[in-house]
Amino acid sequence: MSEERGSSAQTEEDEDLFVSAMESPEAARLSAEDLSPSSNGPRDDDPDDLFAEATEEVSLDSPERQPILSDGPSPAITPVSISPRVDVFDRSPDLDEEEEENRDTFDIQISVSDPEKVGDGMNAFMVYKVTTKTSLSIFSRDEVCVKRRFSDFLGLHSKLASKYMHMGFIVPPAPEKSIVGMTKVKVGKEDLSSVEFVEKRRSALERYLLRTVKHPALLKDPDVLQFLESSELPRAVSTQALSGAGILRMVNKAADAVNKMTIKMNESDAWFEEKQQQFENLDVQLRKLHVSVESLVCHRKELSVNTALFAKSAAMLGNSEDHTALSRALSQLAEVEEKIEQLHQEQANADFYLISELLGDYVRLITAVRGVFDQRMKTWGKWQDAQLMLQRKREAEAKLQYASKPEKLQQARDEIREWEGKVQHGERDFEQISRNIRREVGQFEKERVKDFRVVIMKYLESLVHSQQQLIKYWEAFLPEAKAIA
Amino acid sequence: MEGSSAEAALSVSANSIRITDVTQDGDVLTFAIASQKLNSSAGVCVFRMYEDFDWLQQSLFSEENLPGLQGIIFPPLPSKALPSQSNTQTKALKQLGFLALGQDWQSYCKALEFYLQQVAAHPTLCKCKALDSFLINSESPGKQRGRKGIFNRLSQAVEEMRKESHKDVDNFFQNERNKNTNLAASSKVATEKLLDVVMTEQKLAVACGHFATSLHLCVNQDDAAAVAFSKVCLKLSDVIEAVKRNYEKVASNNLSTLGLGLDLESRYQESEKEMLFRRTCKLIELETVKKGTEKAKANKREVMEAFQKAVEKEFNLISSVAKQEIERFHSSRVKVLKTFLIGWCELQLNTAKEFAELYSQHLEACRNMYSE
Repeated sequence: MSEERGSSAQTEEDEDLFVSAMESPEAARLSAEDLSPSSNGPRDDDPDDLFAEATEEVSLDSPERQPILSDGPSPAITPVSISPRVDVFDRSPDLDEEEEENRDTFDIQISVSDPEKVGDGMNAFMVYKVTTKTSLSIFSRDEVCVKRRFSDFLGLHSKLASKYMHMGFIVPPAPEKSIVGMTKVKVGKEDLSSVEFVEKRRSALERYLLRTVKHPALLKDPDVLQFLESSELPRAVSTQALSGAGILRMVNKAADAVNKMTIKMNESDAWFEEKQQQFENLDVQLRKLHVSVESLVCHRKELSVNTALFAKSAAMLGNSEDHTALSRALSQLAEVEEKIEQLHQEQANADFYLISELLGDYVRLITAVRGVFDQRMKTWGKWQDAQLMLQRKREAEAKLQYASKPEKLQQARDEIREWEGKVQHGERDFEQISRNIRREVGQFEKERVKDFRVVIMKYLESLVHSQQQLIKYWEAFLPEAKAIA
Repeated sequence: MEGSSAEAALSVSANSIRITDVTQDGDVLTFAIASQKLNSSAGVCVFRMYEDFDWLQQSLFSEENLPGLQGIIFPPLPSKALPSQSNTQTKALKQLGFLALGQDWQSYCKALEFYLQQVAAHPTLCKCKALDSFLINSESPGKQRGRKGIFNRLSQAVEEMRKESHKDVDNFFQNERNKNTNLAASSKVATEKLLDVVMTEQKLAVACGHFATSLHLCVNQDDAAAVAFSKVCLKLSDVIEAVKRNYEKVASNNLSTLGLGLDLESRYQESEKEMLFRRTCKLIELETVKKGTEKAKANKREVMEAFQKAVEKEFNLISSVAKQEIERFHSSRVKVLKTFLIGWCELQLNTAKEFAELYSQHLEACRNMYSE
């Protein structure tokens, strides 16, 4: 029901916007249909649609594509879909650079803090405070605080993904859902693991938002602005998919669907093939690294535990000891070891939050990147499909020339015009998504290097700090040891 | 040195005894032992296997001309190492603890070296022929069928446990027994916990190594972006490699100082425990004899009394030797622990300084590289 309301609302708006660019009413109808939320491309019910099956399979995994607009009229109906308004994102190279510069100096700080549990039992959920500090003019205030729950973040992501992925924009993935982690929190276990879980999630949500606003198109997106600024947010439902795992499933299904067709994409641009291979390799490598560093974190935590146990045993030894100075030295030893345990704990956190989470984030980002490459293949497929259809229509029209059925001939000619439009449409989309992807990938690679560099420096800073603390502890202990007489 | 009296002192200097080398041939370890002769600048070097050490220890246990022998706290000999392939590390750890760690049996050799030095430094034991012969004779003495010592390690028999808690007649000794029980238990636990720490440090170092290697696999020269990313990965790899070396050093420091120290302390406490137990057994024997004498019929009484006097004399002798040994033990163990603690602290301090410097250099290099 609300779906129709949504699409009709869209139709009105879009017709207004497209009138100038449109050649015929059919095209306008076409674009409205394209905006229908149930498909991201050819309509499902088009019997000649070679991709119907693929789209259906995909939408089974991403049901949020339907409910997006069922939340009511959202100011987020942005006229930025695949449409003949090709100039929206077809920027001149100059503009690109300017925007990229702005990326580097953009002035916005976002923090996610103060997790609070709301409600009881299995209906409980965590609410996080999202604070945005900025001098950018698109925001209504310098500093805004709002309260958001996890599903709000997922909702935001699914909206952004459905709007931008098919244009080749790399939409940063939202943090993973965790049934186990969340259940512990709901059930009210105030133990260390649920505290760690909440902290891990808080940090992931913060990184997610920071990555999202780094993207100039996403920063301006009304959904993002609404998320960051408005005190009330319509509750996002059906936020099941488009987690990292969700995207991967979608990517794989789409890839399988494409492969099922005997369409082998004629890659005219080697850049795409090479990049795709690179990202596949990178995916494998990053996953390996992630496993490696998780092992590191695990051992570091184990070291912390064992150091604490040793500290206790040293304290007991000091207590059993008769000789005063030796006893004191042993007690000091125990204290030093306790402090070292604390250092190990801090270092384990650095290992985890800096390196492990960075690698995890990038594994998920690479999945989003691969998703975008797959969207390009789909777009190409659609274009090819339209060309085939046009061919058929032309053949049909040629046949009808010799039959005396003037109405049918007219209809055939109309259909030819329709499909010519679709072919043009398809080619433009393909070129646009290819352009977008090139730009996005370039930016992604720059950001990647920056991100890693920042992490290395922070990690080194933590290492230097640890060692300096250790020096202090050992220097304090040495006179105690020497004082044993 | 055949024919010299039991009173003859050791012909080499106790401090100079070193185990300079160890070779492994299948299951068998052979140790090269060097020492400095007292009356000349000549050095002596002999080759011994574990059986020889065992022979030495058994000889000391069964030394005949030492009154109150049972009151001596014998320097503890480490268990035999079984280096065969089938012996997994867990078995070795269980058997030897800290001494199983370290490269090429270094810790084990160090412990054997301590043993020899302590025997040689003991005012009574240093006079034993067996020691001199062990250190000087080119022929290894272990081939001789040694006499089994008159006492073995404490067994866990229930009867022994009961005897162990037998109340003492002398406060000094009762206190000492109590203290020893506590210290023996605490030092054993502390040694085990430190061993766990060192094992984990080593595991951490290995994990760092794997991670650093995996980072190398991310190197890709396809295009400028890939090259930039590869450089970053290699940098991180270098940093993690440094962390690995850091933990290897920290673990090795722990092992070579505090680890060895706690291990030695723990085994020495056990040795004291054995001595105290021997004395307690003698005490029980004396009390039993006394009771028997009281109950004895007139005709047996004189014999019993004479016997009782002999046992009493033995007991008193053991007690007086034990007292001396205990005092000597207390002062020497404090010195030994002090040395280990200082050594440990200094090594760890140096390592911390070394790596603080290294990490700072890396950080500086990164800051310079990344600011351009």
